[in-house]
Amino acid sequence: MTSRLTIPNSSQLPPAEDAGNVGRLERVLRSGQFAVTAELAPPDSADPQEVHARAQLFAGHVDAMNATDGSGANCHMSSVAMCALLAREGHETVMQISCRDRNRIAIQGDVLGAAALGIRNLLCLTGDGVQVGDHPEAKPVFDLDSLSLLDIVAGLRDKHAFASGRTLTSAPQVFLGAAANPFAPPFAFRPHRLAKKIAAGAQFIQTQYCFDLPRFQDFMHRARDLGLLEKCFILPGVGPLASARTAEWIRRHVPGVHIPDDVLKRLKGARDQKAEGRDICIEMIQQLREIEGVSGVHIMAHRQEAFVPEIVQRAGILGARRPWTPEPRPTPYP
Amino acid sequence: MYSIRLWAARHARLLELTYQAVEPVIIKLQPLWKSVGYARAEKPVARLEQACKGLLFDCQMCGQCILSSTGMSCSMNCPKHLRNGPCGGVMQNGNCEVEPDTRCVWVEAWEGSQRMKDSDAIQIVQLPVDHRLQGTSSWLRVARQAAERRESLK
Repeated sequence: MTSRLTIPNSSQLPPAEDAGNVGRLERVLRSGQFAVTAELAPPDSADPQEVHARAQLFAGHVDAMNATDGSGANCHMSSVAMCALLAREGHETVMQISCRDRNRIAIQGDVLGAAALGIRNLLCLTGDGVQVGDHPEAKPVFDLDSLSLLDIVAGLRDKHAFASGRTLTSAPQVFLGAAANPFAPPFAFRPHRLAKKIAAGAQFIQTQYCFDLPRFQDFMHRARDLGLLEKCFILPGVGPLASARTAEWIRRHVPGVHIPDDVLKRLKGARDQKAEGRDICIEMIQQLREIEGVSGVHIMAHRQEAFVPEIVQRAGILGARRPWTPEPRPTPYP
Repeated sequence: MYSIRLWAARHARLLELTYQAVEPVIIKLQPLWKSVGYARAEKPVARLEQACKGLLFDCQMCGQCILSSTGMSCSMNCPKHLRNGPCGGVMQNGNCEVEPDTRCVWVEAWEGSQRMKDSDAIQIVQLPVDHRLQGTSSWLRVARQAAERRESLK
């Protein structure tokens, strides 16, 4: 199988000031620095202030914020609107697109609109089934899957054409991401599926929560043997578990998240389970960082977003680097 | 039927051989299809195809069969209709997140593909489904495309 992906060396990249359409996340990754992304929960609200308040927690601590697209098949503010609000303030966002709710006509329109609104990064996902969400009676669309979605968006960008072949007058300059779950069966197929995603256009990968380091190492070894590590940037997913009870609930109810027994045991034995959850997360980040081919981490701190700065800081992954943060606004009354 | 579907993936090599024997026959019958007319042949052939593949694979008649690339496990039985591999929600026991009592069709597909001679076919990136072809015969399409290829080579 041939890959259409070519990644220039960091020396070939344009300098930051005239990088043109290259977004900050892509620049950080290409320059070889350890990148941090975090998942931003969309509000159940029509108030933009709620979006800004959530983003404010992460500003200066992460390189990009992922806006989820109806995650867990639950209804929230749309990812394109979230990203547009954040891009207006200068934040770097990763817009997640799921195949569950829209067909190829709607999705391609959204991609063009997103690029027009200044959104640089897209994460192409299949999406959870409707049965896990708050509208299980809804019609699951799944007109595309994550692979064909990647292929179509890469076509918009590189061939300047819709899937139908009709040409665009201006192509969306987007950095294309995909998800991977090394922690769900069939394990031997997972690296090959990663190869397929790269062949379809994926340039960066954010994974499902990693609590099982040996499993992830095995995945990365196989990916290296397939020659994939030079063809994409891999950001394993991490997150703090709030308690042993939460961990047990996730094990029972969240498909695809694998929490090994020893993690559960460690949480149960801790006096302050919440703090222990954060410690486990920080240790995991530090161990992941040592693995060949890991370009950053993706932090999913569901309902613990306020702890993201602390996790990033204590993990020591940014060093002296401080990600972009908006200029403080002039206060109306000095 | 579910149990026959599982049997089919377990015997993917046998079914691969069977199809390799049947495909040239379908293509050889090209003069027949042409004289009858593809449009008129469509209905009976599609019915026959549905009977065979429905029994063996729970075929959904998407009209663009990729069983040879999916370890003889029909990917249209995936509740998300994924044609390029399993989603991230496969349970640790290898069952489907949407239908927890059913094996993930892609777990079956991977195991089936490893039994086949052309075990790398599962790595082909599949394009999105053409929904206009729903209910039509893949076999006739294969015959027609082979004939068109031959014509273009002449």
